[in-house]
Amino acid sequence: MSEAAAADRSVIAGSRLQLGDVELELHRGGRGPTLLFLHGGGGFDPAAPFVARLAENFDVVAPLHPGFGASSLPFWMESVDDFVHVQLELLKRLGLRDVTLVGASLGGWVAADLATKNTSRIRKVVLVSPVGIKVGPRDKLDIPDIFATSAEELLKLTSAEPEKRKPDYNKMSDEAVRIIARNRETMALVAWEPYMHNPKLRHRLRLIDRPTLILRGSHDRLVGQDYIDAYTKLIPGARCEIIENAGHSPQSEQPDEFCRRVAHFANS
Amino acid sequence: MRTFHFSEGAFHHLPEEHEYESIRVSLPNRYYDPKIGADLYHRYLDEWLIADDLGLDIMVNEHHQTPTCVDPAAPLLLSILARQTKKARLLILGNPIANRNQPVRVAEEMAMIDVISRGRLECGFVRSVPYEVPAANSNPNRMNERMYEALDLIKAAWTHHDGPFSFEGRFFHHRCVNIWPRPFQQPHPPIWISSSSPGGARQVGAAGYVIATFHTGFDGTRTVFQNYRQGWAQAGRKGEVTDDRLAYSALVYVGDTDEEGRAGAQKLLWYLSHNKLPVHFKNPPGYNSLDANIKALRTGKVGTREAGFVPNLDDEIATGTVFCGNPDTVYKQIKTFYDHVGGFGHLLSMGQAGFLEHDETVKSLKLIAKELDPRLRELKVTRQAAE
Repeated sequence: MSEAAAADRSVIAGSRLQLGDVELELHRGGRGPTLLFLHGGGGFDPAAPFVARLAENFDVVAPLHPGFGASSLPFWMESVDDFVHVQLELLKRLGLRDVTLVGASLGGWVAADLATKNTSRIRKVVLVSPVGIKVGPRDKLDIPDIFATSAEELLKLTSAEPEKRKPDYNKMSDEAVRIIARNRETMALVAWEPYMHNPKLRHRLRLIDRPTLILRGSHDRLVGQDYIDAYTKLIPGARCEIIENAGHSPQSEQPDEFCRRVAHFANS
Repeated sequence: MRTFHFSEGAFHHLPEEHEYESIRVSLPNRYYDPKIGADLYHRYLDEWLIADDLGLDIMVNEHHQTPTCVDPAAPLLLSILARQTKKARLLILGNPIANRNQPVRVAEEMAMIDVISRGRLECGFVRSVPYEVPAANSNPNRMNERMYEALDLIKAAWTHHDGPFSFEGRFFHHRCVNIWPRPFQQPHPPIWISSSSPGGARQVGAAGYVIATFHTGFDGTRTVFQNYRQGWAQAGRKGEVTDDRLAYSALVYVGDTDEEGRAGAQKLLWYLSHNKLPVHFKNPPGYNSLDANIKALRTGKVGTREAGFVPNLDDEIATGTVFCGNPDTVYKQIKTFYDHVGGFGHLLSMGQAGFLEHDETVKSLKLIAKELDPRLRELKVTRQAAE
């Protein structure tokens, strides 16, 4: 393989795509079967190491949900259900087939919901520390309240090595910080109430008719093992794997292991 | 200018500040003693009744999950006052309608109070401060849009008199609206909205509602009122904005002497110093602008006043958040402020806070009514300062 080809494979190109009244920020690159990556509440960074790693084995398609990154947010949208319909339209518009659908955290909620609605273009599903269901007692939140938690505490809940992952907003551009702030806004818009879940989703997960892998970081204190076990049980035939030394975002904290697991599952 | 006596009805017997993380939202209510609380409710109601006897107007407000304002249902206090007072205008500022999911119920409550008081309601609406959002479990996004849509529905409920109508908006849906009673005042009670931002003020001005701004000081208040005028003019409203469209709230204490006035005001500063809040309650995502959030992420701070802030009385007088002294001193302070901001017609006088005792509160109220209010009523706008 030439160096140019290697470089070409690692390039994830950004573009904009109009779907109805949403202008979507979309990234795509790599070679192989198609993988649709749906990001979590933190948004999507095309330069993240795991993205290039995934692109070595997959044609990675990574849209930003409405209201995240540079994607527009029509006033009528307010829910994960709205995001699901955008992604269903995207699959159709791009003519994607036999897609490995990967969703992380909020994106896992979107992916799970999508897979209960229409899997005609989906081959396999990977949910990474997904949220979206309510299975615990009614007097206790299944997911700790991220909107009533300090930034420092939130980092401890989500990261295996919080000190390493502390962001320095003063070193980022205004635009980068603006996107982080906007992502938080949109996260609150869709996950505020009911908090982090759709009460109906747990009853619909049985409709997912594709092989499903659920990944969880061993140090994820936002999405607990009981919650993930319940999620796994609700999806027919699903199985759960733990990625060691990772928190809520194993794709960021253990990118090699994460990509290995995804590729292994997709090819098995 | 009319003067409204305002108290947040605090429960001020609190633990030391270092013993709690937040004075609002999460402070356990085991610190609330209902026996003391009952006495306080009666006391604060008495003070409003005295204000009425003295010829002053009345303002109540609403906050939730906080000892700083133990009035989580302002219409309940107002309904007592609607019955027990005789002459005062009754201002509620306001109904947090971005956080209430039944605007029609609010229209009913306010119509009742207007009728019971025989048309003395001044009906305010607020978007709410950010730390109301967790208490209401209300989405911090799109609150302004929810507030204005709810207000449209409330106005429609007040003004439709020919049987049921329907409303299918972006946020609120109601298929059979036909409230009883309808308001006493026709077509409806005066509508107030509180706003301190330029964009918010222009929106209130465009609608022509009364705008109220709190503790924004000399220059901040002038900016708010200028933006109100711009919004008014840009919406094609006829004529000049009159004083009765503009309200300002400050801490006010009047004594026989300047020393006594300052001593009372010093106690009122409790209101400014007791506001310890973590960033996540002050800044729920979607409430503040993206620019404000960029700053918050970079500095870790929201707003200008941090926990542990100790207000200095002279500084607060200089910025126009406190008016205090003997009646003549206070008149001159307010007149200077009035001229600086281009005039306003309603002084929302926070005349009680913290450890300011009943007798002290009443003494100031009497001096305000006897010595200050008659002169304030004569204030006329001298607009050149603002334009």
